[in-house]
Amino acid sequence: MIPVNPLSLETCVVAIGILLLMAEAFFPKMEKRSFATAGILGLLLVLVLSFGVDTKAPVSAAPYASFYRADALAMFFKQFALVSTILVLVLSMEYARTVERFIPSARKGAGLGEFYTLPLFACAGLMWMASAVDFVMIFVSLELVTLAFYVLVAYMRKNLLSLEAGVKYLILGALSTGFLVYGITWVFGVTSQTNLENISQIIPQLPVGAQPALMFGVALVLVGLGFKIAAAPFQFWVPDVYQGAPSPITAFLSVASKAAGFVVLMRVVQTFCVVPAIQTKLIACLVVLAVVTLVFGNLAALAQTDFKRLMAYSSVAHAGYLLVAIASIGSAISGQAVVFYLAGYLLMTFVAFYVLIQVEQQTGSTKIDAFKGLAKRSPWMAFVLLIALLSLAGLPFTAGFIGKFLVFSAAVQQQHWILLVVGVLTVACGFYYYLKAVRVMYWQDAAPDAAALQMPLLAKVVTGVLSAAIVIFGIYPQPILQLLR
Amino acid sequence: MSPLYVSILLPVLAAAFVIAGAPARRTALTAAVMNLLLAIYVAFAVGAREGYHFTYSLPVFLELGLNLAVGVDGLGLVMLVLTTLVTVCALWAAPEPENRKGLYYASLLFISAGAVGAFVSTDVFFFYIFHELALIPTFLLIGIWGSGDRQAAAWKVTIYLAAGSFVLLLGLLGMYFSIPEGMRTFDMQALRKLAETGAVPQLKWVYLLLLFGFGILISLFPFHTWAPQAYASAPTPAAMLHAGVLKKFGLYGLIRLVVPLYGETVDALSWLLLLLLAGNILYVGLVTISQKKLDWMLGYSSVMHMGYIFLGIAALNLLSLTGASVLMFAHGLSIAALFALCGEIRARTGTLDFAELGGLAKTTPKLGLLFGFAAMASLGLPGFANFAGEIMIFFGAFARGEGLAVFNAYQVVTVIAVWGVVISAVYMLRAYRAVFMGEASRSYEGVTDIAPHVKIAVLILLVVLLVAGFVPRLLTSVLTPAIFWP
Repeated sequence: MIPVNPLSLETCVVAIGILLLMAEAFFPKMEKRSFATAGILGLLLVLVLSFGVDTKAPVSAAPYASFYRADALAMFFKQFALVSTILVLVLSMEYARTVERFIPSARKGAGLGEFYTLPLFACAGLMWMASAVDFVMIFVSLELVTLAFYVLVAYMRKNLLSLEAGVKYLILGALSTGFLVYGITWVFGVTSQTNLENISQIIPQLPVGAQPALMFGVALVLVGLGFKIAAAPFQFWVPDVYQGAPSPITAFLSVASKAAGFVVLMRVVQTFCVVPAIQTKLIACLVVLAVVTLVFGNLAALAQTDFKRLMAYSSVAHAGYLLVAIASIGSAISGQAVVFYLAGYLLMTFVAFYVLIQVEQQTGSTKIDAFKGLAKRSPWMAFVLLIALLSLAGLPFTAGFIGKFLVFSAAVQQQHWILLVVGVLTVACGFYYYLKAVRVMYWQDAAPDAAALQMPLLAKVVTGVLSAAIVIFGIYPQPILQLLR
Repeated sequence: MSPLYVSILLPVLAAAFVIAGAPARRTALTAAVMNLLLAIYVAFAVGAREGYHFTYSLPVFLELGLNLAVGVDGLGLVMLVLTTLVTVCALWAAPEPENRKGLYYASLLFISAGAVGAFVSTDVFFFYIFHELALIPTFLLIGIWGSGDRQAAAWKVTIYLAAGSFVLLLGLLGMYFSIPEGMRTFDMQALRKLAETGAVPQLKWVYLLLLFGFGILISLFPFHTWAPQAYASAPTPAAMLHAGVLKKFGLYGLIRLVVPLYGETVDALSWLLLLLLAGNILYVGLVTISQKKLDWMLGYSSVMHMGYIFLGIAALNLLSLTGASVLMFAHGLSIAALFALCGEIRARTGTLDFAELGGLAKTTPKLGLLFGFAAMASLGLPGFANFAGEIMIFFGAFARGEGLAVFNAYQVVTVIAVWGVVISAVYMLRAYRAVFMGEASRSYEGVTDIAPHVKIAVLILLVVLLVAGFVPRLLTSVLTPAIFWP
């Protein structure tokens, strides 16, 4: 088989995106759903192509090697971005009815074209981010992702919540970008490099006096990335944005955007962990971030009565567990822990959102109470959501458990006691708020006039596959871990 | 392949069939009986031979050396028979629920599958996660079909056990990573070899994490408060399975892992375990006496009896450890019988309050007789297997102080434990009198005697207890080769 050039993947995604945008402009009468279908098929093709990339190819040979890397980690997250974009597009088709109500348009469904094509550009940005090994490249690809999200979050422009979410995301996103760029300039000022590998080579030669300046720069970069991955105390935009954004976009934000943030964080942290003095400080920062994120995310989630908001806080909580793995970077399984955790997180979050969107469309509410008696109103939806919630809580025989197992293995290996103690308490909290939703579905009866809920066939198939994957990877995680080798 | 995989899969498959719409009770019972027959076959095939048998292993996660590995030795075998036997009796004695039959039987089968999986796993990781399989079914069973303040009970037991399991997980990880690199393993047989060569570093914090992790699951004082509340609220078969089988998971873990690997630390920190188990026996014993309802009293009594088993573990010798294992088996059967009968009383009279009951033996003589037998078994009357276990524990624990002029801590606690038997007698006999003897405080018109299916289930349990009580060698000859301590 001819090896595929990794750059062609992103090029294809962008080309498909531009083609669809053009088609939207020149053939306004076309059925809008067909854009989503075309996008899904195109991305599936790219996904297939991506398995043809040779990750073992020598790095220096490629002309773009100074800023772009197609190693196993990058390829995994490219596929991750592709899969989540495909799932988001499927979700968006289901969600079209709600979006239509909130956009002014002369003809039914006329304004939906961009809703289906913009995720493709975000996807391309995420894929570049996965490969970025240069601060400039990191910044540019991050901006591409964020720009697409600015539009998507505020897409339902007659809905006040969506607009509010858009404004919040725009202002805080810009702020975090400012932090990131400022941090990058400090690092550049000290090392006169933007390439991560060059930076890590120069750091040991720096005079000790330059370390505070470098640490300042790194801290600013951490703040910037902290916004993207929703780590406390930079999480305050999360609940409102997640709640106001169209639900498929919320899922996209909480899975793909977070995952890409973590790849970058992993690469950045590795870069600076070359000198013990800096490494201890950096890890101390990460430990503090992880503790704050775990405590805040889990405690705030306890009191939620809205399912979408619950998922927002749970997204913060899971960022905390991922930070535990990053803080244990010295352990050999830390990288695998992050990757597996994110893969499991993708599966369970999307299942939850597929069910949420059906409930939201058919009952008009995202409150947890809207799920009352779901076990009787739609046994299938209740069952797959049960699996997803148990996995989010970290129950054995689910991918979520293996993820937590790997994360805490890494932490035990690095003897991060404080993280372990906090972890025990927050896991117990997690059981409470996830099981709260289980209780509503299985214990409580719906109002007598509540109608049965339906799930379209496509969504049934997708949730079936995803929840089967949750259980299979919960028993046999090897396939995902193999992808990294 | 190993027949032990079948014994894990049978209940899971039956649960799947039941959810898919197969006749719930019949499918569940068939699977349970088949599983019991399989366990008996394995028991005869293995007998009193040393080492693990019917071993098989499927690699799951290479970096950490995780395998879905199964196998049984004497201890695992006894637990397997206990689990399958109690499962049959619990399903048989189960009253038909009014709604959602499928989910009810499927949940019970999942608890059984989790327990079987934990006892036949020879990989520590799977030993751990199979136990967790029972968590959510318990939550649903108590929450949907429970009685009393069932919601509070369901939350409490689930959060308590989830947190306890997590402490245990950290302990197991600590154990794994404290072993020098290159020798790390999750395999129980390899771990036992490591223990024999003394290659496991005796780290106190790992031992404490393991002790409290397992301890929370076993209701070690002062982490016992979830147990009585959960058992009082749980539907009868769930209480039978949980108190009879699932709680033994923690004790099994202590005897199987902690004692061989951390025996020296158990010894060095024996004062802690002795103190806590004295709490289990004395404090919880007195709390049991003051209970006003039968279900709560039985729940507390099951917490109290854990104290004896802890004593057997703390004493660290062949006699006491074998006794602890025998008592695990015996307690599982007797508490299951008591909860089955307790459920019958509730179904017939609608109350378990001692103040409202009385003189029931006239109306329901068979129920009274069986309850008397089960109560005697539970308080350790000679002739029942409970007595065999307790006497071995007492002798073993007392022997720790031989040659000393003054009593040492082991002997003091043993004396307390023997008084514990008296406490047991007090609350059991008082309960018996309050429920079955004396003047009827109300009319029992229309109250029928014990239902035939419950009668048979309880009889099976009592007969096994009597046989093992008269011929304890049946158990000890199988158990002794599997017991190891440094």
